[in-house]
Amino acid sequence: MAKIKVEEKDHLISKKVDKFFLDLANVFRFIKRFFVEVFVPPYEFQEVLRQCYQIGVKSLPLLSLTGFIVGIVFTNQSRPSLSEFGAESWLPALIAIAIVRAMGPLVTALIAAGKVGSSIGAEIASMKVSEQIDAMEVSATNPFKFLVVTRVLAATFMIPILVMYVDFVALMGAFVNVNQNESVSLIAFFVQVFDSLTFLDVTSSIVKSLIFGFTIGIVGCYKGYHSSKGTEGVGKAANAAVVAAMFLIFIEELLSLQIVNFIRGV
Amino acid sequence: MAEAVIEIRKLTKSFGDLHVLRGVDLDLFKGENLVVLGKSGTGKSVLIKIIVGLLTQDEGTLKVFGKEVSTLSNKELLDLRLKIGFSFQNSALYDSMSVRDNLDFPLIRNVKSLSKAQRDKKIEMVLESVGLSQAINQMPSELSGGQRKRIGIARTLILEPEIMLYDEPTAGLDPITCKDINDLINQVRDEYRTSSIVITHDLTCAKDTGDRVAVLLDGQFGAVGTFEEVFKEASEERIQAFYDYNFITK
Ligand SMILES: Nc1ncnc2c1ncn2[C@@H]1O[C@H](COP(=O)(O)OP(=O)(O)OP(=O)(O)O)[C@@H](O)[C@H]1O
Ligand SMILES: [Mg+2]
Repeated sequence: MAKIKVEEKDHLISKKVDKFFLDLANVFRFIKRFFVEVFVPPYEFQEVLRQCYQIGVKSLPLLSLTGFIVGIVFTNQSRPSLSEFGAESWLPALIAIAIVRAMGPLVTALIAAGKVGSSIGAEIASMKVSEQIDAMEVSATNPFKFLVVTRVLAATFMIPILVMYVDFVALMGAFVNVNQNESVSLIAFFVQVFDSLTFLDVTSSIVKSLIFGFTIGIVGCYKGYHSSKGTEGVGKAANAAVVAAMFLIFIEELLSLQIVNFIRGV
Repeated sequence: MAEAVIEIRKLTKSFGDLHVLRGVDLDLFKGENLVVLGKSGTGKSVLIKIIVGLLTQDEGTLKVFGKEVSTLSNKELLDLRLKIGFSFQNSALYDSMSVRDNLDFPLIRNVKSLSKAQRDKKIEMVLESVGLSQAINQMPSELSGGQRKRIGIARTLILEPEIMLYDEPTAGLDPITCKDINDLINQVRDEYRTSSIVITHDLTCAKDTGDRVAVLLDGQFGAVGTFEEVFKEASEERIQAFYDYNFITK
């Protein structure tokens, strides 16, 4: 009897709940370690640049295609509702606001979570499985600095740049559709676009993208760094990195909406 | 005897219910090659991982250069690791980097005084000593298992460590390459007066490189001494079996 009681007591609430909070604590420790190590020399500039290239340039084809299509489709689908009120001329303004405020950052972040997050998770997990991280550690170099700090920084810097690029491509897609249907010139289209955007729209979009980038980087690295051993762990880490990053991105989107609305005084 | 660079006393390590090391006592003396033999899964790799601080022991003491490893600060641990070369069982080459960058990686970060030309010279030198000069621009994925192993050893030798820990340096290699590696291990000891622990299943390697041999049985060292002492006078059946299966004769 007594023995069974002891065994029951090896968790606080229930095993699953305990594990959730332990994981949460680990995540915060991981993030804290990032902020400590990012400021302590030596800095791995070259590796940051290499990662920026990996994250930025390698995602361009996919993002170009997606952004352009989103621009065309969204414009096309919005037209009927506006024309009911005879307000087609508002189309560029509506699209500009929708793309810059929400769709650009969201589409970019979700695609990057799939493409960048999974590859970060898989790469770091496979380095862990094959003891490459241990090898760095015993050769007196800091694997956290070389692997995690560089990737998180690169993701944090590159996602906002990619978001601006996707905004632009999506607006070009929208222009193609508007130009075909309402024969508006490129200049007239972009004058209307920029007239409709406020300073707050642009800055909040950039800040939000920075947070998305940080999330994608840190989640990918965390899942890779804490993957279980064995090849199965690699696949799981990649998968978990994507799922967790996407989930967090939606939560952050929701929070940022509340905050921006509050600032705007709505 | 010479001074001990590693002193292990009553060291234990468990993973959950699995008691891997159960009171290990061992000394590594300056300038010797100590061969550690033992069946697969007896905790040989775990032991040397504890020495470099990748794992921590449950109980007991482990002193390297007179300092307890588990109580070192981060900075002290880094300094210690600079003096220890660790060659992994599975080589653990950085597979996103070429052979040259693999060797450059520890060098550029730890020996800041070297110029690019000096580093290149050094890389060429260690590659030559493991007989793989031609592989310098290849990626790890393009190398054979034995070649990776030798590059892994080269990567640890490049920092000229005072202690070398070889985890199965000859596993899966042909007899001729094995001999080359054994010669290399001896050459490293003779040239740099390095103290080494060599983990192996290969008794030829043990015989050629081991100044002393230690056999790990059930989480403790069953026998320690010269190759002859351990095997000629082996009273323990399992040690004898080790010998018999390796040389098949009796
Ligand atoms: N990180 C770990 N977590 C849990 N168990 C571990 C861990 N590392 C090693 N073990 C266990 O410890 C035991 C000893 O492992 P170790 O790798 O030291 O064996 P070994 O003597 O090196 O064997 P081999 O000759 O096959 O390399 C194994 O049973 C292994 O399952
Ligand atoms: Mg082993």
